[in-house]
Amino acid sequence: MVTEAVRERPAVTGGKPLLAVRGLEAWYGESHVLHGIDLDVGEGEVVTLLGRNGAGKTTTLKSIMGVIGKRKGSVTFAGQETIGLPSRAIARLGIGYVPEERGIYSTLSVEENLMLPPQVKPGGLPVEQIFTLFPNLKERLKSQGTKLSGGEQQMLAIGRILRTGANLLLLDEPTEGLAPVIIDQIGATIRMLKQKGFTIVLVEQNFRFAQTVADRHYVVEQGKVVDMIQNAELDANIDKLHSYLGV
Amino acid sequence: MFELLGVPPQALFGQLLLGLINGSFYAILSLGLAVIFGLLNIINFTHGAQYMMGAFVAWMCLNYLGINYWAALLLAPIAVGVTGVVIERFLLKRIAHVDHLYGLLLTFGLALIIQGLFRNNYGSSGLPYQIPAELRGGTNLGFMFLPTYRGWVVVASLIVCLATWFMIEKTKLGSYLRAATENPTLTQAFGINVPLLVTLTYGFGVALAAFAGVLAAPIYSVNPNMGADLIIVVFAVVVIGGMGSIMGAIVTGFSLGLVEGLTKVFYPEASATVIFIIMAIVLLVKPAGLFGRAA
Repeated sequence: MVTEAVRERPAVTGGKPLLAVRGLEAWYGESHVLHGIDLDVGEGEVVTLLGRNGAGKTTTLKSIMGVIGKRKGSVTFAGQETIGLPSRAIARLGIGYVPEERGIYSTLSVEENLMLPPQVKPGGLPVEQIFTLFPNLKERLKSQGTKLSGGEQQMLAIGRILRTGANLLLLDEPTEGLAPVIIDQIGATIRMLKQKGFTIVLVEQNFRFAQTVADRHYVVEQGKVVDMIQNAELDANIDKLHSYLGV
Repeated sequence: MFELLGVPPQALFGQLLLGLINGSFYAILSLGLAVIFGLLNIINFTHGAQYMMGAFVAWMCLNYLGINYWAALLLAPIAVGVTGVVIERFLLKRIAHVDHLYGLLLTFGLALIIQGLFRNNYGSSGLPYQIPAELRGGTNLGFMFLPTYRGWVVVASLIVCLATWFMIEKTKLGSYLRAATENPTLTQAFGINVPLLVTLTYGFGVALAAFAGVLAAPIYSVNPNMGADLIIVVFAVVVIGGMGSIMGAIVTGFSLGLVEGLTKVFYPEASATVIFIIMAIVLLVKPAGLFGRAA
């Protein structure tokens, strides 16, 4: 089995993983979407989930966050089992979430959107530093959240979880539908966050972008992890990856 | 004596004041309904009964415990609000995941039960509640006579409505409430306790209804049916203003009270139906309501 091959590899460099997912299954109503996801993310790592549309990447993030109807298996964060917890308790452990649709509130101003998530731990970025990262936000604090451009909304969605002290960030396709110059800016932000010690799980369609930010890549297919590729070995495995992604 | 638009000014301003009083109750009640609908997606048919409970609690406070009007103005909303919290925790929570129609049926059933209980114990003829001594009498404004208590009702409800608007639109707690209304799942995923927010919001909406009930006690007799009579008009007000809009509920409440008052002066035959005629027109022209956002 490929999944066993994945487990045999030294997935994490030193010590216990910050996030360990074992046999994670999930359902949307009656439809069984995840069939046993296994993955590890070490502290300070940037890991991507690659795969075709509908493979279960977004669902994996949602299941880690606990915002899905039914889930089974095991998700431990910093040694604590979270599978029975409501999403608000999972967030309080230090996990920040940027959903695929970005989740900017139209009934809140930019400032209210930014300040909405409560602090869950000490050590979040000060607001001034978030403005240094994303200067556009500072100029538009009083605007309605959804009046921002797509790129600015993405920056707001990322910025608001940097404040909270969360040390694991789940980013669902942060580059989707954005102009190349904005994608570069988001790539630079992710590298900066890694330097600051944030741990990041990133869902990506675009593996060329993923290659510029990640340490490792998990390939998801039909609700399972079917392979794990070190970033350094990505080019050597390009044919295999193309067949996984169907490009 | 001069006339205005063919009507003596006393009659005109008198009816406008009455309209403003009715508008005050429409505004507080539709505000509570709008807040509850926004977050719980439930059309709270118990609202009229909870307004009536507010008036009764004030009456009980005075007659059984000797607690005066001013204290009742605070205590009755808290007491009725607590019953709202219990209803949300033990009943509404259980049906939150099913179709909203069940919430409507459940709250309608509760309203009938509560009204029946009060009718059983207190009859339906109505109990008197004295205007507090500080608010008796009135002032002659020259063009009309203003009873002090009626002026107080308008001022008090304006203050409560604007304070509620401020809390929801301008405070941190309000931003949690708006966020949970717009996207409860994501708001919960930020670590915010949405279920608690839902319970407190229902309690608060119910407390608003009870506050209106205490204000109403000295004007209308305290009567088990007082809410049932009023709530139908309030639902029309909410439909006209647009479900879920806070400022919309306040503005529509006061304006429709005034429109009703004016109709009583100029075409009294239509005064009982004018709000429903406006509702029909609004539904035809702007189905989401005057202040509502189209879904």
